[in-house]
Parts: sequence; structure tokens; C-alpha cells
Amino acid sequence: MKEYQTITEISGPLVFVETDEPIGYDEIVDIETPSGEIRRGQVLEAASGYVAIQVFEGTDGIDQDSSVRFLGETMKMPVTEELLGRVLDGSGDPIDGGPDIVPEERHDIVGAAINPTAREYPEEFIQTGVSAIDGMNTLVRGQKLPIFSASGLPHNELALQIARQATVPEEASDEEGEESEFAVVFGAMGITAEEANEFMDDFERTGALERSVVFMNLADDPAVERTVTPRMVLTTAEYLAFEKDYHVLVILTDMTNYCEALREIGAAREEVPGRRGYPGYMYTDLAQIYERAGRIDGREGSVTQIPILTMPGDDETHPIPDLTGYITEGQIYVDRALNSQDVSPPINVLPSLSRLMDDGIGEGLTREDHADVSDQLYAAYAEGQDLRDLVNIVGREALSESDNRYLDFADRFETELIDQGSHTDREIDETLDIAWELLSMLPKTELNRIDEELIEEYYVGGAESEPVEAAAD
Amino acid sequence: MSQATQEQTVDDDGVIDSVSGPVVTATDLDARMNDVVYVGEEGLMGEVIEIEGNVTTIQVYEETSDVAPGEPVENTGEPLTVDLGPGMLDTIYDGVQRPLDVLESQMGAFLDRGVDAPGIDLEKTWTFTPTVEEGDEVSAGDVVGTVDETVSIEHKVLVPPGYEGGTVESIEEGEFTVEEAVTTLSSGEEIKMRQEWPVREARPTVEKQTPTKPLVSGQRILDGLFPLAKGGTAAIPGPFGSGKTVTQQSLAKFADADIVVYVGCGERGNEMTEVIDDFPELPDPQSGNPLMARTCLIANTSNMPVAARESCVYTGITIAEYYRDMGYDVALMADSTSRWAEAMREISSRLEEMPGEEGYPAYLAARLSEFYERAGYFVNANGTEGSISVIGAVSPPGGDFSEPVTQNTLRIVKTFWALDSDLAERRHFPAINWDESYSLYRNQLDPWFENEIDADWSETRQWAIDTLDEEGELQEIVQLVGKDALPDDQRLTLEVARYLREAWLQQNAFHDVDRYCPPEKTFQILTAIKAFNDEAFEALEAGVPVDEITTIDAAPRLNRIATTPDDEAEAFVADLTDEIESQLQEQY
Repeated sequence: MKEYQTITEISGPLVFVETDEPIGYDEIVDIETPSGEIRRGQVLEAASGYVAIQVFEGTDGIDQDSSVRFLGETMKMPVTEELLGRVLDGSGDPIDGGPDIVPEERHDIVGAAINPTAREYPEEFIQTGVSAIDGMNTLVRGQKLPIFSASGLPHNELALQIARQATVPEEASDEEGEESEFAVVFGAMGITAEEANEFMDDFERTGALERSVVFMNLADDPAVERTVTPRMVLTTAEYLAFEKDYHVLVILTDMTNYCEALREIGAAREEVPGRRGYPGYMYTDLAQIYERAGRIDGREGSVTQIPILTMPGDDETHPIPDLTGYITEGQIYVDRALNSQDVSPPINVLPSLSRLMDDGIGEGLTREDHADVSDQLYAAYAEGQDLRDLVNIVGREALSESDNRYLDFADRFETELIDQGSHTDREIDETLDIAWELLSMLPKTELNRIDEELIEEYYVGGAESEPVEAAAD
Repeated sequence: MSQATQEQTVDDDGVIDSVSGPVVTATDLDARMNDVVYVGEEGLMGEVIEIEGNVTTIQVYEETSDVAPGEPVENTGEPLTVDLGPGMLDTIYDGVQRPLDVLESQMGAFLDRGVDAPGIDLEKTWTFTPTVEEGDEVSAGDVVGTVDETVSIEHKVLVPPGYEGGTVESIEEGEFTVEEAVTTLSSGEEIKMRQEWPVREARPTVEKQTPTKPLVSGQRILDGLFPLAKGGTAAIPGPFGSGKTVTQQSLAKFADADIVVYVGCGERGNEMTEVIDDFPELPDPQSGNPLMARTCLIANTSNMPVAARESCVYTGITIAEYYRDMGYDVALMADSTSRWAEAMREISSRLEEMPGEEGYPAYLAARLSEFYERAGYFVNANGTEGSISVIGAVSPPGGDFSEPVTQNTLRIVKTFWALDSDLAERRHFPAINWDESYSLYRNQLDPWFENEIDADWSETRQWAIDTLDEEGELQEIVQLVGKDALPDDQRLTLEVARYLREAWLQQNAFHDVDRYCPPEKTFQILTAIKAFNDEAFEALEAGVPVDEITTIDAAPRLNRIATTPDDEAEAFVADLTDEIESQLQEQY
């Protein structure tokens, strides 16, 4: 082990040390302060003669007499199946008062990219029991689907509801014993202690904790530590998924805090900033996190990611949601207006999207009419939304009967399909049946996205002449 | 990456001085700009990007964790090259042309580092059929023989550019590996099936011509309104979720190019997997053979090393040029050029270069135009004609087209397909905005469409454009006063425009029939809507109220033409127009 007492500069989260032997890039260091405290850090830049170290737990108390030990390896996460049921801090040390973790293996937290030829394309439907997601933005195993939210919105409730209700329908019915295969790895980055309690209470109340691994970096924990927390989380998730055959749901909250920490380090290093002061490599950095979702050919398990981010100022063009949207396979928008109308969960389906939906739904997976119904719901709801703007100007009386029907559709869509409450678990068939009930408000001829045969089978209300007549008015 | 380069190692190794992410500096390295070097004990591949005094800066194509100062750097003395030869089609490479399936067999499901693999299989034998005889004169670029590379493509063995040429001294049919000489020339030169070419240099041609043939895409809005020429350039910018990748993939599947090079540059892993899974299953609409038989994939996903992302578009276009030299029409899709530009920005900022706009390097515009200029319709050295069409996706931050990558791209490309998040939100796909998009090839391609499809092609298209324009203006009024306040003829125009949008412009990329629409059918749907328009206005003039015109039973069937099988579409349209005519005429 190489030990030095040659700190030359301390600046924000960074410490510069003179060295006389080569130190590897990304290597882990322990810094011992004069008071005997140990701080962990990582080499950010290795040059002959000096290294720059980013200290995870803050640099306060470090002085030039502190000793720096280079551990000769990159950061590792000790992994074992025993991690299930445990609560760890943001650096992976237990904080639940339980026994020390005896690792089965130690994995590099940076993680290697999955070779695209080794991936298995995700197409296994996950039923979240939330109509807005199952019906219109279907989640599949191995997908990364973030929740785009903003301060003051109930994104955590939604994440918990998904964690609680998520099942794969066939398995739930056919092989009851298989349920234990499902695990949640939860990574909190910079959330408040209160929010953390909410999560923990819910985990404990529903018994979810025993199949969960929880990493907690709270708002008052060192910000720099946040940059390793998601990597610890995903290393654990990959181990459980690809070596222990679990279907792992990873929840990361709040990615905005993670990005702030990145910016802090970038600024301390005096890097040339990209948009709004965030580092130019943020896209690559985020991709290295989000791309660690997926399935691998020939392995049983999967990693599904639901990262949560709060958009600063509700602005979706802000670099954090923007770069995230370009990497993830869709996004779920939590909407302020719907929330104030007390719609729960307040998901705005129009800007939401699941890119992997098309392959995860349909006959044999969900139901034959799923794709067409979802398309038609989108088109009709968008039409209704447009008309709402118009109503504000001209009033409802000035609109045609057909327009009024779309307005009613949009209202009922929100109150009946979306607003299901945070404790209602809906089967996909139920979601689609409600959808048909709503679509049947419109005349058959308006349902141009749906196959004619499907209309015949599912359209509610046999009085066929009635809607046609109405349309002819 | 080429194996041969390693043999030529000269004794001018350097020593690593510092490591910061993908950027490594070395001292005492005797290297030229853009030389390929092997960095550290593990021999990670890198490229020289800056030389200053005794210090050489290198961008490394692999993860650099644990690399330390003091480790050696070995110079190959060669620039970054690709291996060219049979076996590139039906293959998937990473950004520096390492075959991903070979990497998987060597290091498992996760991409490890420090593993090198040749771009083409050096062991495999191919049946070589000569096309010249002993005694024939050949020079650089000429074809000396052929190899059946895949069921779709006959690979032509070319005299490499730069060869002196001469009389053929020996040539024979038979089984050869790519490393064996298949022909020897009087100049003493040997021709092998494998050649190398530096990726950052365009392969030579005789001249560039004005393109006059369309790259038929099977997408109605593209063929119908904004066609791309064979040898043309196009950009697809759009915010996330607006369907860039779906559009790119539809083009890769259905465009009538001989060869498709699909570069997945810094995009999603699962998307590349989808392409790998789908393409072998799907038939090429032209030949009926599996699509992979004409496709070369380059996948450098977003979490793969950033420097290899920077090089992957060059690897792709060099492979495209090689097939163009054989006289093929090649289409290259780059998804997404923004990720490539960001890779440049990332490397540039690590070099602490003075940034240009939004942190991008000042040479961004130059790099983009150099790349797009490698597209075109060319006369090759061997007298054949070949083309490279480049379609670049652009991912502007926040969907804002005023950002540097979009703007610099628009200054070069001649076709612009603007994706629109509003359209995407209402699930109007492809979400290409018909007001903002343009194609500067329209006029030079019209003669082809008029000869091959229908003499009225351009006239009918103009009618569609006018109607959509008028709708745009009317919609602004409708937003203020509601549809019912408009006069009857304008309400009818809105109805016709609605059919143009829903029955013609919209296309379902996931529907078995609708995903590919031949230009004939594109025209048939348009004529059907126009027929409805003409009959409807006649009825209106005859005094029929607009509500009765728009609610005839036959009209909604216009929406069903797109999903009618191609060979039944003509009869369906004829039948439908008759029905519309009779139903409308009944009213007066």
C-alpha cells in the first residue's frame, strides 16, 4: 500500500497529492485526517508527479498533514445475496445495525457495457397495475423508464405503487412459488430524511424490505458520495439479476441531485462547462448509468430501471431531463395541473412514452386490441385537449356535437382511466375494458386507428345506429 | 482493427505521463498526428490527437480505469484504418470495426477491454471468380474478380487505390482466404481480397455528379413530399420521442439501396439489439432476401467508450465508400450525429481547447461538412457509377433547432425532415412536420417520378401541399372562432386536409402492410383523396350542405387504403372512388 503525506492543495471536494510512483486512474484512496477519521476518495486525474482525488465524504477536517493511502484498486462493491433486506449508506456500508456484510464477490462499480449482440430484446410485459402505464406506456422487463416530475409532485408515491404492484401476469397465476424471484434495489440520492422515512415505512409495512436492497444517501450526506451511489446500486442489481437470476427493479431517486453533484465536481476541477454549467460529458456519464438496464441472452434475470428526476422549474428542456430522455426508453410525465385536480396518479399521457411498448403488447402478451386501443386513446385525448383551449374562447355551445363528445371523452378519460388512486391495482384486461367503455362514447367511424374486426368485438353498446345517426347531424 | 499494423511497430515507444478519462498524455513518443497507438500494459487502442513538444495527447478507445503514469505507449506508425473485404455485410461492428460477435465469444456478455479482433475473418475462404484474364491491363480501382458475399450481394475484388497497375500475370479461380493473393500484376503488385484504408480520408473517385434518381424509401411523406436522391444528404432532427430512430430504421429496412450501412452512434443498446434481432428476419422489399444480407451494422452504444463513438461514423462511411467503388448504391444512416458531435466536444474539453458555441469545438462545422461531403453520386475509377446517400439523425437539446449541430448540419444537407413533438404526442407518425421540412432535390427528381410512376406526380403533389398549407392557415382561425364559424368551402377543405394527414401522411411502421408503401401506392392514395376533393367540391357547388358531403359512408374508407395489400390497392382505390362519386352524386 502506498502512503503519502504530501497534500499540496485542497479545493472543494478535491485534494491534490504529490506522488513519486505511478497511481492508476480511478484508483481508490483512503485519507486519514489528523483526528483519525478515514475519508474515502477516488483518483480523478493521474499524472506523473501528482494526482487529483475526489473525496466522497467531504474535505472538511482534511489538512496538509493528513495521510493519503492508495489502495491499488478501483472502487468495488461487495456483493452477496445476503444484501437483500439490508439498508446501506451511499457508499455501500450498512446503516441498519445489522451484521457486517460477508461478500461473495467484489465487483467493479463502473461496470462494463453489455455487448449489444449479447442482449436479449426486452419484450416481457410488466403489469404495474397503473392504467396510464400499462394501457398507454407499457413497461417491459429490462427497460429503463424514468419518471419526469417536479418539486411538490407525488412521484415517490407513484414509484412505490409500481414497486408494490409490479408483476408479470403469467407468472403470478401459473407459478406462485416464483414470486421470490423479484427484487427491488432502491437508490436514494440526496432525498430528505422525511422522504426516506416514507419509503422505508412503505417497504416495511408491505414486507417489501426483505426482497429489497436499500442505499441511502440523504440530503445532508456528502454530495460527492452521490456520484458513486447509483453505480453501487446497479452493480448490486446486475449481480442479483445476471448471477442470481432475480428480476430486479431498480428505483433511483433523485437523478437531479446526482447531476448537481457531477456539476459540483466539474466546477471544482475548473472544467470547461457544457449547457447550464453541467459538464460536457454528462450524456456519457448518464448513459453509463441508464444503459445498465436490460436482459442478457441465456440468463434468467433482468434489470429494469425506474429513475426519478425532478425537472428544475418544470422545464423539460433542462439538460437533466433532456439528456435522460435521449438515453432512456421513454418517460412518464407527472403533471402539475392533473395533480391539482386531484387526479392520482397525475400522469400526463400525452408527452409520456414507452419505446419498448410495441413489442411487449398484443396477442399472447397482453391482448390483441391493446396497440390499436392505445393509439386511439392518444389521438382522441389529444383532440379533446385541443378543444379545451377552444372552449375557453368560444364556449361549449359554439362547438359541434362531435366536438362536445371529444370534450366529454377527455374528461372521463382523466377521471375514469387515469384517476385510479394510489392503492388500486388494475389488471391489464380491466384497463382495456375501461378504455373501450370510453372509446364507445365516440361513433365507430371515428375510431380510425382500430382494426374493424376489433371494433366489432369490443365496441360497447350494440345500438349501432345511434352513433352513426349522431354523426350525421 | 487491422492486424498487419501491429507487425510494423517501430521502436519509438513512449511513456504515459497523465490519465484523465479517455484522454492520456505520453512523453517521448515519436508519432504523427492520427497515428494509432496501444496504451498501457493492457494495450488499449488509442489515436494521437495532439502533439506539443515532447508531449503527445492520445484519445483512448477503451475505458482507462487503473491505467497509471509510467506505463508504456506503443506506436503502430499507422493511422486508424478499417479492413475492407468480403464478410463485412451481415456483420455488426463496434466503433473501431471490431466484430461484436467475435468479442462476445472472446469475453462474454460484457465488453471487456484490451481485446483486438480483425474486422474481417482472416481464416474464412471465399470462392473467387476472375473477371479478367492473364494479359489484361488493370489499374487502380478496376475489378479483377468477384466473390458471392451474401445471397444479395456480389462482392467485387478491386485493385486497391494507389496501386500502379499493369498486366495481369496470374489469376485463377478457386478458394482463397482474404490474406492470399488472388492476382499478381506485372508491376510486382499482389492483389488480395482484403485491403486497408484510413478512415479519415475519402477514397478516390473520378467525379461527382448531380443526382437524378430518388432513393425510394417506401415512406409516403418522404417519397411523396420530401424525396431524397440517391447520393443525397438528409438530416432528421427531432426532440426525444419524436421517432428519429423509427424513421431511420424504416429507411434502413425499406430504402431501395443495394447496401445499407447503419451506424448506431451513442444510442441505446436495446435499439441495436432490436436491429440485430429484426433484420435477419425481415425480407428486403426489392430482392426478398433477408435484410441483413445487404446490411453492415456499426454499434457504438452510449455507454461504450466515447472516443470510439467519435470514430464510428468514419468507420461507417469508409465501408460505404468501398461498396460504392464496386458500383453499388449505398445508404448510410447515422443515428445520431449529435452524439458524435458531443463526443468531439467531450474530447475537446478534456484537451482544454478554446470552446466555440455551446462548448462545441470550433472545428465542429468543418468536421460535419467533411463528413457529409463524402456522400454523393460518383463516377468511380473503374468507370462504374455508385452513390452514397447519408441520412443523419440529429438530437437537438430540448428539441431546439437553433443549436449548433442542427444549424451546421442544415447548412450542408439538402433534405430536411423536421420531427415534431406535437405530432408525436398525438401519435401522428412519422411525426415529420410538413410545414418545416423541405427537399431541394424535388425538382431534379420530378422527371423520374413522372416517367416511372405517373405523369401527374408533381402536379398532384402540389395540390396536396397547397391544401395542407391552406389547412394550416384555417386552423389558426379555427383556434379562435371554432370550426362551425367557417364558410362551407373552407370546412370542406379542412375535411380533405384531414384525410391527407390521416390517410396519406400517417404511416404505421409496425403494420405488416403499411410499413412499406411503394411509390405507386403513395400516388394511388393521393389520387383517391383528390378524387374525393373534386367530387365533394362539385357537390358543394350543386348546393349539398357540407355536413352531408363529409358524412358519406365511403369517405372514411380512404383511411383503409394504406393497410390494403399493395396488389389489391389499385382495385380498392378504383372501387372506392366510384363509390364516393355515386354517393356524392346521389345527394344532388
